[in-house]
Amino acid sequence: MNAEVAAASVAEAAPEKKEFWRWQENTVWDENKDWRDAKIITCGIDVGSVSSQAVLVCDGELYGYNSMRTGNNSPDSAKNALQGIMDKIGMKLEDINYVVGTGYGRVNVPFAHKAITEIACHARGANYMGGNKVRTILDMGGQDCKAIHCDEKGKVTNFLMNDKCAAGTGRGMEVISDLMQIPIAELGPRSFDVDVEPEAVSSICVVFAKSEALGLLKAGYTKNKVIAAYCQAMAERVVSLLERIGVEEGFFITGGIAKNPGVVKRIERILGIKQVETKIDSQIAGALGAALFGYTLMQKQAKAA
Amino acid sequence: MIANYGYKDGSGEYYISIDTDKCIDCAADRACLTACPKNMFEIITDDYDDEVAWVKKECTRTLAYSCTECKPAGGYTSLPCTTACTPGAIKHSW
Ligand code: SF4
Ligand code: SF4
Repeated sequence: MNAEVAAASVAEAAPEKKEFWRWQENTVWDENKDWRDAKIITCGIDVGSVSSQAVLVCDGELYGYNSMRTGNNSPDSAKNALQGIMDKIGMKLEDINYVVGTGYGRVNVPFAHKAITEIACHARGANYMGGNKVRTILDMGGQDCKAIHCDEKGKVTNFLMNDKCAAGTGRGMEVISDLMQIPIAELGPRSFDVDVEPEAVSSICVVFAKSEALGLLKAGYTKNKVIAAYCQAMAERVVSLLERIGVEEGFFITGGIAKNPGVVKRIERILGIKQVETKIDSQIAGALGAALFGYTLMQKQAKAA
Repeated sequence: MIANYGYKDGSGEYYISIDTDKCIDCAADRACLTACPKNMFEIITDDYDDEVAWVKKECTRTLAYSCTECKPAGGYTSLPCTTACTPGAIKHSW
């Protein structure tokens, strides 16, 4: 047997495990602008439980970002997220005037000048992304969910966080994606490919939802129908969180799940309200808000000097 | 700002809400700090650089159990925290 055939048969014997949950990591920046022209460059780094983002803001305007999965420890995730974009645009840490850390790992961003909670940062980011009409923000993160009210400047007026369990969060969606063996980006569209909208899965705990989903498959539900039932359950769960603080016009969803139309459209349907549209990736709202906070602080310092 | 700390689970909603605007010029001399037998409150500098009270992170997931001594079965009329906070910043949802 030659070496090539041997390698092929080994590969066949142990096929690489496909990770259906793996969402697209990306680096985006404005190629029509040069960061070297900016007077003030600030950076926001959001180290979440599932994903980490680094956002660069030049003179108060979004310039670019990098979004990736959080690694084993917060300092490395923060460094990697920022390095991912700096390498591509030829920037060094010394070129950045101010860094703000946010997210659950915010106090572990080694080069941050300040840490600000994700609640304030999401509100600030949503205000930039959706405009000053944004009043109610639902942040659906990797392992928690937050309902936030803000004023026209993006300052928080009321907030509620539910971090007690992972159901209705990005991690819960990843579990279902792997269970159904369907890439995570396809879950939303496929959830609408059903003849009749099924009842929501009844369990609000991600562990029970998993066994309930398996039970539905065994009972003859198609995969699409199970996904639809799960998306509906997530939507109902986050709406019940929102109900406590109420929903005002100017509704905006941030976080990774905001990219799943299967959940977003069902939330809109239950609330009878459409969310404010944006062209910016909803997953960067926290890091963007952090970078904007940094910009305001720099401006204040400049005025005081 | 109204800050809600707590959770919702199968048995109900357990939130302590603090109107932090009242904490900025606390007229009760931060009485919440000493009133709570479980030492659940703390003064922090919030994201907008105001000094306000909050419920310590480690307490937010166990409110239903932590507050039981102050809330015997059969309802309650007054709580050490809400009584001490004369500006009326603290509210309980259950
Ligand atoms: S909760 Fe009440 S007592 Fe405590 S700091 Fe705020 S206003 Fe003062
Ligand atoms: S009810 Fe009692 S234990 Fe609970 S916050 Fe108030 S004073 Fe503390």
